[in-house]
Amino acid sequence: MDGLIFLTCAFIAVACATNLVLQTHPISSAISLVGVMVSLAVLYLLLGGEFIGFAQLIVYAGAIMVLFVFVIMLLNAGAERQYKRSVWVTVLGVPLLFGFLGLVAYFIQSRVPATDTVKFGAWTGGSARDFGRVLFSTYLLPFEVTSILILIAIVGAIVLAQKEID
Amino acid sequence: MNFFLLTVLKAVIIIFVLLTFCAYLTWIERKVLAHIQLRPGPYRVGPHGLLQPLSDVVKLITKEGVIPANANKVFYVLAPFLAVATALLSISVIPFGPEIEIFGIKTQMGLADLNASALLILAISSLGVYGIAIGGWASNSKYSLLGGLRSSAQMISYELPMALAIAAPLLIVNTLSFREMVAAQSGYWLGFIPKWNVFAGPFPQIFSFLFFLTAAFAETNRVPFDLPEAESELVAGFHTEYSSVNFAAFFTAEYANIVTICCVATLLFLGGWTPLWPAAYGSDYVPSVAFLAVAAVMLYHATQPLRFWDKYTYPVFGLIALVFAGAFQVPLLKPILIPLFWFAAKTLSLIFVFIWIRGTLPRFRYDQLMKFAWTFLFPVALVNLLITGLLVALT
Repeated sequence: MDGLIFLTCAFIAVACATNLVLQTHPISSAISLVGVMVSLAVLYLLLGGEFIGFAQLIVYAGAIMVLFVFVIMLLNAGAERQYKRSVWVTVLGVPLLFGFLGLVAYFIQSRVPATDTVKFGAWTGGSARDFGRVLFSTYLLPFEVTSILILIAIVGAIVLAQKEID
Repeated sequence: MNFFLLTVLKAVIIIFVLLTFCAYLTWIERKVLAHIQLRPGPYRVGPHGLLQPLSDVVKLITKEGVIPANANKVFYVLAPFLAVATALLSISVIPFGPEIEIFGIKTQMGLADLNASALLILAISSLGVYGIAIGGWASNSKYSLLGGLRSSAQMISYELPMALAIAAPLLIVNTLSFREMVAAQSGYWLGFIPKWNVFAGPFPQIFSFLFFLTAAFAETNRVPFDLPEAESELVAGFHTEYSSVNFAAFFTAEYANIVTICCVATLLFLGGWTPLWPAAYGSDYVPSVAFLAVAAVMLYHATQPLRFWDKYTYPVFGLIALVFAGAFQVPLLKPILIPLFWFAAKTLSLIFVFIWIRGTLPRFRYDQLMKFAWTFLFPVALVNLLITGLLVALT
């Protein structure tokens, strides 16, 4: 059952990611990206990362991508125009891509020992309580530094967006 | 019993009850609004218009579905699906009562019992924007697009105060699971005041409750925050171009969202299915007494028929109420029906508040709506969360 859900979600994720690149209209691409996010969240849940899975849904699928879609709709961006591709891209693109993916798969296969395969649901440290405890004890400094970084980004965005006062 | 079979059975029951209730919610809403405005409301189809939802459903299904010529067809059809799917998904983690035992089969009253139900509710409600936003955009109409834009901006803005309002009671009950939340809220102060989060120590969550309700109005696009479908400005907002089943899907999603959010408010703040006062003081007899009162009123009116059909409809409904009153005292059904009654009573009261406010308040202006979210609701909810956190840490 776990394997079946994994395969389904992995397939949906890959299909949506491919669709994201192939689509010419920005909204279609954005919605495909949402599909990727949601299926990734299910994969996290499958591995026992309960909090991460829901945070993925809330933050990426629910907040960031909604803003993307919002901005695309607001600017009313149309479908992008196709230009003539160079001959090299058409001939070499797909074989090069598969060669690269094959290399990556080969390296992962050779580096990671075969006995260390992923077991679904074997890990139980992913609840919100465990997560918060680790975040506020072991990783307190990185956590705070990241939040200050985000704060700086927000202040910067506000400064850039504000109207100039004479 | 087989876990899979039991889950399918429960899913079918919950979906059936929810969809039927959503249909009847339109009847309840029209009736309540009508009585607020001193009108009789729907009256022609069935006694007191009780069959109106049925005829509405038949009408919507048999209508011709029109796809506008320049609409983006894929997304135009996808949007109502998304809206309904997200609306129906979140009801699956709501528990309606404690663990029960029927014919030796122990089961939870509710579909799924997650460790992080509260997070799932937040996640699904944030995904609910897509149906409306995409529907508004794909229709290729200026009113729909404006409705979709307004709705996404509004829902993003009000998600923040809503999440903050949910976080405060979570600090007190110290869990993300709805079942454990209700367990933490059972019991009574001084023997009679329920330990619900709205009354809870060290800091009563009455403010969080009000913030949550306010944000819930905005999340479900209800008056006074129904800017996405403001009919005086935008015709019908994001669903202007929708007709037939697609329109019905948006409508169902909206009402299902109201039901879900009222259930969540009940579980978070009003103690779920715990009664208003202890069973030792006779709270188990409240449902029976309430249904007996209904039966008495029905049977009294049956003796003085104003219209032709009153002679037949009133006694029938009176007898149904009598049967219900009796059912609450049957030992086999009692542990199932009493918690369900309290849960339904609290949820229905909240739904009534939703309709009541629709009949009372005028619509906000769009800039007022945004200003209210960012300059009032968000800071105040933050302060409320900080005070709650401080007091929880101190005690």
